[in-house]
Amino acid sequence: MEIIRSQRKPVHIDVVPTLPLYRSAPPLEVRLEDFELYAMDRLRVLKGIADGLSRGKKSEEMKNLADHLWKANMRHLDASEVVNKDIISHFVLRLVYCRTEDLRKWFLSMETNLFRYRLLFEKAEVQRALMAEFDLPYRAASNAELESVKEGLKQVAQSFGQPLAADAIFYKVPFEEVPELVAGRRVFIHKGYAYIAMNQVVSLVSTQFRSHLSKALILTNRKWTSTIREQEKDRLTPIVEALCSSYLGPDYSQPREFAEISIKDIDQIAKSSFPLCMRHLFEKLREDHHLKHGGRMQLGLFLKGVGLKLEDALAFWKAEFSQRVGSERFDKEYAYSIRHNYGREGKRTDYTPYSCQKIITSAPGVGDHHGCPYRHFSEENLRAALGKMGISNRAVEDVMDKVRNRHYQLACTLTFEAVHGTSCDAGINHPNQYFSDSQKVLQSKNQSTV
Amino acid sequence: MTKEEIENGTADMEIDQRELMNGERSELNAVPDGFNANYLKVYYGKLFPHADIFKWMSYGNDGKHPGCDESYFGRREFSFTLDNDIYLRFQSFNSVSQLENSIKEKCPFKIDIGPVYSVDPAKRHAYAQSGNNVFTPVEKELVFDIDMTDYDDVRYCCSGADVCLKCWTLMTIAIKVIDPALRDDFGFNHILWVYSGRRGVHCWVCDPKARRLTNEQRSSIAEYFRVYKGNENSQKKVSLTSSALHPFLLRSYKVLEEFFEGNLLSNQSLFSTEERYEKILEMIPDESITSELRGKWQDNKKSSISKENINVDRWKHVKKILKSGKQKGQGLGKCVEEIVFSFSYPRLDMEVSKHMNHLLKAPFCIHPKTGRVCVPIDPNHCEEFDPTAVPTLSKLLEEINMGGLGTDDDEWDRTSLGKSIRFFRSSFLQPLLKSCKEEIENSYNAKLQHSKTSLTW
Repeated sequence: MEIIRSQRKPVHIDVVPTLPLYRSAPPLEVRLEDFELYAMDRLRVLKGIADGLSRGKKSEEMKNLADHLWKANMRHLDASEVVNKDIISHFVLRLVYCRTEDLRKWFLSMETNLFRYRLLFEKAEVQRALMAEFDLPYRAASNAELESVKEGLKQVAQSFGQPLAADAIFYKVPFEEVPELVAGRRVFIHKGYAYIAMNQVVSLVSTQFRSHLSKALILTNRKWTSTIREQEKDRLTPIVEALCSSYLGPDYSQPREFAEISIKDIDQIAKSSFPLCMRHLFEKLREDHHLKHGGRMQLGLFLKGVGLKLEDALAFWKAEFSQRVGSERFDKEYAYSIRHNYGREGKRTDYTPYSCQKIITSAPGVGDHHGCPYRHFSEENLRAALGKMGISNRAVEDVMDKVRNRHYQLACTLTFEAVHGTSCDAGINHPNQYFSDSQKVLQSKNQSTV
Repeated sequence: MTKEEIENGTADMEIDQRELMNGERSELNAVPDGFNANYLKVYYGKLFPHADIFKWMSYGNDGKHPGCDESYFGRREFSFTLDNDIYLRFQSFNSVSQLENSIKEKCPFKIDIGPVYSVDPAKRHAYAQSGNNVFTPVEKELVFDIDMTDYDDVRYCCSGADVCLKCWTLMTIAIKVIDPALRDDFGFNHILWVYSGRRGVHCWVCDPKARRLTNEQRSSIAEYFRVYKGNENSQKKVSLTSSALHPFLLRSYKVLEEFFEGNLLSNQSLFSTEERYEKILEMIPDESITSELRGKWQDNKKSSISKENINVDRWKHVKKILKSGKQKGQGLGKCVEEIVFSFSYPRLDMEVSKHMNHLLKAPFCIHPKTGRVCVPIDPNHCEEFDPTAVPTLSKLLEEINMGGLGTDDDEWDRTSLGKSIRFFRSSFLQPLLKSCKEEIENSYNAKLQHSKTSLTW
């Protein structure tokens, strides 16, 4: 069965997509101050979205959050300037975030999310017009086709508690075009075709948006490195470089001198300064003399960020693993990936330790111990773990309350405060931040007793 | 060679070719169990289906049609694991004889199949310099790997590397759930299921569409099949929403329920001890229900219900009470289904399926730890498959010894391997090649048409 590509041209006159697609850089003039200000406003929106996601907010909440953030930050006194601000800020941030793979990934993810939430607020006609803009191989399923799959469509609708409207329109699309919907089992698929409901069209469009932006970022990076950065070194380049570092915070890829640790101290330090996620991994490693891949990555990179040198890391992991698999197997199968993490093998990427956001969104499976305990542990297990850290019952209740409301990072922050007896105003965003803050507190305590 | 020498392991295990060809009955037909380079040498020399693997991996690009891509087979990566754990990656071959000779010469303990790259893997370094990602996978079968060790928390008959007919049911269930979904939901047709040699199954989906899927698309299919999440640190590992199930899950549930009630309950004795039934009670988030059941069963210890019925009976109690509408607590809506899913629904290794560049063991390899051949499994008769009856390397060598007269070419046909190879050809390879040839012809003709029309323009 062939998919009939839409022969109609996108409807420009009646239905103008109010959502820019950022296909090409606009021939607009912008003042230098606005260059920076517009970008910072947009960055606030993107960071707000990132924050909401790391707190585990669901789709409906996120949609409203995005709308709120957009309205609060992206207004302009001059109504006609609103769209320009939108477009300009996007393109400026492309320059900022095209420069490394991590930055590109983050920007791609947040911009796609932003696009998706904004799209959800648009009317159906606008959504359809955008589908056409993207040349999506949509085809409304005929009544005969719908009849034959009616039962399945009904069941899918029921599976998210919505009754099936009698005149509902469905689009028949090859399943590979809508990976998100397939992954979430949110569509009925039959013989390779997914039957998309109108409100799921958004997913289609967003996937296309994401793929276009991803390619554009690579091209932007090339242009940046080859010409723009040098050309603009007295004007835009300093602004672009400052924009990035002022918002992302330290990524702990370069461990600071004072945080170096040696393996003989590690048990003590783990008890006093590791956040729960790393403590758990560490304890399991000591117990089982083994960790699966996810755990090795999460803990290994954390230790690197904390200042454990490669030689010490190899010795540390070997001492544990050889008790389970023998030292020859360790050398053969595991040493390579540790060196890989430190950027000594393969394409020599120096991997950065995982942030809370990344850890929270991971998916530990059978036999895994990585992930965020505040998210992934059952209530019972979490209470037990907190108890072992010596936290008072009262504090445990406060932490559990945060967990129930899905504020995992706040829960970790409260834990930090309970363990150290100090307040942590900045909140925990990164396991290495927990560690360095903890060390700071302990050292100042030591100094004050001297 | 004397029998004594063989048992002491001191004899040279080379089977005398001359003796066989003359049809003389070798005095020592019996071949001790084992896995070693000498056995493998004979296997690769006489039994391993090099030509079939070549035909498969060529996907119709045999040069007989102008539309064939002559470079296709040469861009496929194979990897060999040799005797002393030496691992050779990025092996590639330009013809069946190159493939065959290399295997016979190197005698790999394991052969893995990787993706088809944009260029011959042997030349990858030349392209890496340009920094444009020109050396990159372009095609790879969609694969699934289901391993019994992922079910260790729900099988009591064996653990770790062991496998028996009782827990093998879990693999049967996996095939019966995944195979129809691949065909009916995703529209795939060319699917090969293979015994992994010890404790699991692999699935190779070879349709052109499947081979060209991106990592993201593969990931979405794996997620579609995922139900079991979490580990020993989280409590609920299967969480189904209270409202209706997706049609795929509904369809699967019919299969799961049938096997759970008709087989797993008794074979795994899921309710026979306190430790075991507590595990199930843990999945019921309602104290009043669990204490009622516990009380009932603790009394029953003294009764004279036979062991066989105890599991069936207790499950009946559970179902009755959960479906009775005594649902004070929330989360009970799909509790029965969650329990059944937890114990029987397939557990895929997600990482294997998600990445195009994942290397997977080739069918017809021999598993070093068991000596068993990785034979295809017929999904339509998977309930009859018996992993303990799969031919082993030593058995095949015995059969060769007993073979007697015949040409070298179809020595495999006179061994237990014959059935597997014939099945591989008739139910998988031939339909696949037929469809590949059609595709090559059609796309060639389409190109011709296109160039014709653009010329006239």
